[in-house]
Amino acid sequence: MAEIDLNNPEIDVPAELKQQIAVTTLDRIYNWSRSNSLWPMMFGLACCAIEMICTAASRYDLSRFGMEVMRPSPRQADVMIVSGTVTKKMVPQIVRLYNQMSEPKYVIAMGACASGGGPFKEGYNVVPGVDKFIPVDVYVAGCPPTPQALLHGLIILQKKIEGEHIPDTRWYKKCVVEAIPIPILGPDIIDPRHFELIKEETHKPLPVVEEVVEGGETA
Amino acid sequence: MNGIGIIKGLLITLKHFFDTYIFDFGRKQKNLTPDDKRGMVNSSGLFTIQYPEEVLAASEEFRVIPFLVYETAENGDHKYRCTSCGICAKVCPTQCIFITRKKDAETGKPIPSPEEFYIDTDKCMNCGFCAEYCPFDAIKMNHDFELATYVRGDTHIYNKEMLGKPVEYYAKIRPVNYALEVAEKAEKAEKATAA
Amino acid sequence: MSDQIVIHPLYAKLLEKFPESVVMDERQGFSGIVVQAITLLEVVKELRDNLGYDYLSSVTAVDDFPEERLEVIYHLFKSIGGAPVEIKVFLEREEPVVPSLTPMYPGAELQEREVWDLYGIRFDDHPDLRRILLWEGFEGFPLRKDWKEPLYEEDTKPFKSRWPEGKGERKELLNPYKDNVQYPREFDPNTLSGDVDQAMYKSLEYSDDPNSRVLQTDQMVVNIGPQHPSTHGVFRMTVVMEGETIVNLKPVVGYLHRNHEKIGERNTWLQNMPYTDRLDYLAPMSNNFGYAITVEKLMGIVPTERAEYIRVMMAELTRIASHTMTTGFLLNDLGAYFTPALYALEERELILDIFEEVAGSRMMVNYFRFGGVVRDVSPEVLKKIRHLVYNRLPRKIDELDKYISANEIVRIRCEGVGVLTADDAIAFSTTGPNLRASGVPYDVRRADPYSIYESLDFDVCTRDHGDVFDRYRVRIDEIHQSIRILKQVLDRIPEGPIMAGKPQYVAKVPAGEAYGRVEGPRGELGFYVVSDGKPNPKRYHVRAPSFINLTSLAQMCKGAKVADAVTILGAVDIVLGEVDR
Repeated sequence: MAEIDLNNPEIDVPAELKQQIAVTTLDRIYNWSRSNSLWPMMFGLACCAIEMICTAASRYDLSRFGMEVMRPSPRQADVMIVSGTVTKKMVPQIVRLYNQMSEPKYVIAMGACASGGGPFKEGYNVVPGVDKFIPVDVYVAGCPPTPQALLHGLIILQKKIEGEHIPDTRWYKKCVVEAIPIPILGPDIIDPRHFELIKEETHKPLPVVEEVVEGGETA
Repeated sequence: MNGIGIIKGLLITLKHFFDTYIFDFGRKQKNLTPDDKRGMVNSSGLFTIQYPEEVLAASEEFRVIPFLVYETAENGDHKYRCTSCGICAKVCPTQCIFITRKKDAETGKPIPSPEEFYIDTDKCMNCGFCAEYCPFDAIKMNHDFELATYVRGDTHIYNKEMLGKPVEYYAKIRPVNYALEVAEKAEKAEKATAA
Repeated sequence: MSDQIVIHPLYAKLLEKFPESVVMDERQGFSGIVVQAITLLEVVKELRDNLGYDYLSSVTAVDDFPEERLEVIYHLFKSIGGAPVEIKVFLEREEPVVPSLTPMYPGAELQEREVWDLYGIRFDDHPDLRRILLWEGFEGFPLRKDWKEPLYEEDTKPFKSRWPEGKGERKELLNPYKDNVQYPREFDPNTLSGDVDQAMYKSLEYSDDPNSRVLQTDQMVVNIGPQHPSTHGVFRMTVVMEGETIVNLKPVVGYLHRNHEKIGERNTWLQNMPYTDRLDYLAPMSNNFGYAITVEKLMGIVPTERAEYIRVMMAELTRIASHTMTTGFLLNDLGAYFTPALYALEERELILDIFEEVAGSRMMVNYFRFGGVVRDVSPEVLKKIRHLVYNRLPRKIDELDKYISANEIVRIRCEGVGVLTADDAIAFSTTGPNLRASGVPYDVRRADPYSIYESLDFDVCTRDHGDVFDRYRVRIDEIHQSIRILKQVLDRIPEGPIMAGKPQYVAKVPAGEAYGRVEGPRGELGFYVVSDGKPNPKRYHVRAPSFINLTSLAQMCKGAKVADAVTILGAVDIVLGEVDR
């Protein structure tokens, strides 16, 4: 099956040689090899982490996709599965881990919580979606997604990788990909990218702020 | 003697390895029930289900994201069973259901049908309360779990069209529940005609 | 039902002894005694030393807003079993202070820190009063009723904006920061240090004095977690080491604090049920069970007989699933990378299949309702459970036992490691297999029977050494006992309705309070709920066993090697969803 995937369809390889020879493009073989040896980071947050463990275990068996090598170290991982509720207390560590991952790197937001806050979104310590801080490649829906749903998400990610084009991907470009600023824990979580906005909002004249608060409550 | 325990443990691992072949050998000869499949209660040795080629059968009550049941009229219109009574929105623990009730354009009186119906799938916890307490059997839990997407945006807030599924689909994924429902309705109709 | 908790002779004794400072709580539906803060220590000392209440189960608080009053509530038990004594202390909302019980019951340490964190009640003489679930510098005390979260909509659900004029929109987009945040007025982010761990490092109290050391090296502080493969989630421990030996240890939690209790107080009674699944996500049925019996106590309804049997059946299946997984991952922590865990997970998968069939979801079952269960168990499923219980599970558990218990490496790594004596285990409020491994035969199913456990035949498993190996052995023994219970339940399960009364989505809960507890796989899982007669709970507190089991972690780890700390933590068996809530 892999040979057929690899072969460039425009070049006709005789049928008897298909098992031995594949004529392909650099993009294709490069992406093919990368997408079949994705190493996820061994990193669980909440309930979804248990389903992630089940996915790696014998019944669903991630190693069929070349993903069984779960690395606890971000340096050796290709894909970060954010499996569970991202809390404000945890998000600095998650961003730090993401920055430490070597490129190319991918992020899967597993479950409702990582995608958009989930059932705990209204809580005071919950980040409404990990994509507020780090870029996400694949969102897997469900609360929690079953192991099969996560596998589907991983297959979708493989497809995305297979569609990549070396000159277009951001990590092969000349410009430096900057690290994401690490959020700070203050009276609430502070995204360093919003410093100016925070200063502006909290220093607004009082009456105006009160109106905004009331308007927000009734809306 | 030291080491006996470790060897015993390793023998069990080895037994698991051979079990796979023994199980395969034994399987060919008898009638297979669903329990005899790999990864099921009677299997031994290898335990893997080969997703995506082979999907673990979802049980009837399995639930992911809810869907709205509609009946297809003869002219192809979708007639949603929902009357926008709002019970699902009230009972929803995460408050992820948003309903706008339809209003008569002239009088402004509410019509028992939803104008808009949204479910924020980023908040939905798949608890099944909406389906459980819906008095009109209008909202049911879907079995489709292959919902991974590349972008979030507004696509994760499902609207009425994305949520709608024909009644035949419901009958297909939940045959037992559907049969019960039909029987209940028939009984009611019979009572009505008798009275 | 709450009348049953009242043990009149005992309270009478206390009233007699402390006539001026102890009164009964005479509100309708409430029980227990109200003690003045200054005499709290004396009353508790009397209870502990002369009346046998040696086990402090739960410390929590209630905000009586708009009344200017905070209550601190203690539940004390005897370690030989029986009903609780409930002590309350009423405090002013401004600067509330109460004496700490930590010197008397070390098990109160983390719980008191939690109350300080969420309610701002100061505990005098507490050895280490810092924020625990949130971080130092967080603005406000979130569980106070007048504190509002950034995405606040209304005090209680259902929110009015959902129907009939609901617009599918994300609430955080209305926030000026497009995020779930709020900042105090005049706040300048540039003045922030961002160092939230300073107080924690200070509290570690390691000595610079070279004469006190065995080795001629500096002591070293090592952080394990929150991202570490063997902390079972986002748990972090800060360890002071001398060479490889642990001198001091502090658990740092809160990385999964999902505001369960704040959300629980906004929810209606029924809406909390699916949220409880996400507490201890390895044992959702037990969580459902605990919450259901607590609210049923308040409502005064009794579930039908068939429902009781189904509940027990599900709870025991959960226990097996959870214990097999714990055993597998304990071996993971020992370095037997994944093989035992894989075998354990196979059995768990089969149990989860049954959950999916009866409840609809593998993990988040949402299966219990007040007065029964949501769906009947069909004869086919019963047949499946019977097959599993009679044929597969005993064989597989024996296999697990065989290849782990005799393994020399396991024995060397586990025996004599992380010892907790029986006295310490009680003092630290340890529960579940950890307590029983220390030789204390305390199991809520026997000590304070609920549901149909009184009529079932099973043993409370104990072991004597209190080390990691005994904790593992107790879990294996308990699996065998659970199988024994399941066999009885399967033989006796009666026909009949599964719900008392009609299923309703609005639970009518009269005003009052209730403390219900069940024996979950990790120990005593308690729910303390207070109702004011409205559709939403006024207070919803979870007494999480794995959170409280963490209190004794430092005690067990001191003197051990750092590699053993990981094993000890694995044997304590925490689930972060429950620790942080």
